[in-house]
Amino acid sequence: MLIYGVALMSGCMIVGTFLGYLVGNLVGISANIGGVGIAMLLLVIVSRYLMDRDQLSKLAQDGIKFWSAMYIPIVVAMAAKQNVLAAFDAGALAFIAGLGSVLAGFLLIRPIAALSPKSAPENNAAE
Amino acid sequence: MFLDILNTALGKYPLVLAFACVGLIMWVAYALGKLTNNRVHGSAIAILIGLILAYIGGVLTDGKKGIADITLFSGFALMGGGMLRDFAIVSTAFGVKLEELKKAGLPGAVALVVSVIIATVLGSLAAYAFGYTDPVDMATIGGGTVTFIVGPVTGAALGASSEVIALSVAAGVVKSIAVMILTPFLAKVAGLDNPAAAAVYGGLMGTTSGVSAGLAATDPKLVPYGALTATFYTGFGCLVVPSVGYMAILALFG
Repeated sequence: MLIYGVALMSGCMIVGTFLGYLVGNLVGISANIGGVGIAMLLLVIVSRYLMDRDQLSKLAQDGIKFWSAMYIPIVVAMAAKQNVLAAFDAGALAFIAGLGSVLAGFLLIRPIAALSPKSAPENNAAE
Repeated sequence: MFLDILNTALGKYPLVLAFACVGLIMWVAYALGKLTNNRVHGSAIAILIGLILAYIGGVLTDGKKGIADITLFSGFALMGGGMLRDFAIVSTAFGVKLEELKKAGLPGAVALVVSVIIATVLGSLAAYAFGYTDPVDMATIGGGTVTFIVGPVTGAALGASSEVIALSVAAGVVKSIAVMILTPFLAKVAGLDNPAAAAVYGGLMGTTSGVSAGLAATDPKLVPYGALTATFYTGFGCLVVPSVGYMAILALFG
């Protein structure tokens, strides 16, 4: 059933949120540290496990894929509810700080991504 | 009478109206994308239309939630709110290969740490340059440069004034929107075309809204990798900026 996939995702998200707040609590702040990220890891692992055992039906997968396909429309709605006016009206200080960190980020993508283990196709074939 | 009924019908199911409007936006955006021979991706145009609507909503209502502050379009707040956004982000992890994630793990984590430091330093130095020389103010504005959530958290923890907290939120909002707009244009030059680079990008930019929109407009296949690291960013920032970050600023400028 379609709902099985949606419920699986929801379960991952609830467990992830719980763990995120637990981690936050352990380090002394009341914030969710990486809850969504933990939920994503859970979903990757659990869905892989179930699919390897043929326990995740096509319909259940479609339940997850529906939300995945809704991702961009949801992001568009998110863009439409941003406080764009505040960004445009922000003074020079907010602009310099905000834009500066973004540009620094773009400059650093290549050097830091180079730390990734090389993924040349022939290496993968050999493994 | 006719207009009244029309108004009631449109306002009856705000979320449903938002679905219909976003569907229309997507259709227009992808049609425009085709006109440019898909050199500008349809989703990038759709996000830009969303931002323009948000600006219009802000001008008309003077509110903080863009188009969603107009009563008729309040459904945008639910559709684009944190709950459905995070749910959809989690769903993108379906189909991700664990091997790719492992490769992206180390650089993603490095990016996270490096970027929180750089954002805090840049933000607090900019604050200093504009006359906010008190370590509490510097740390708060530095936190806002990490993300618009870290700023207020830092400010509240250290007891910053509301003016400074508002400034830190503004810095974070500028960052988030700059990431949305700039990513599709800078992706190629910056080497943002594989899972590891996406994880690094997520760790460097950190703003979940900016990263999720930026990658959606660039290459939807990269979304899960970037989103995964980005979702750790705000929590990590809330942890280190008011503590280690503030202490470092205090030691240097106090």
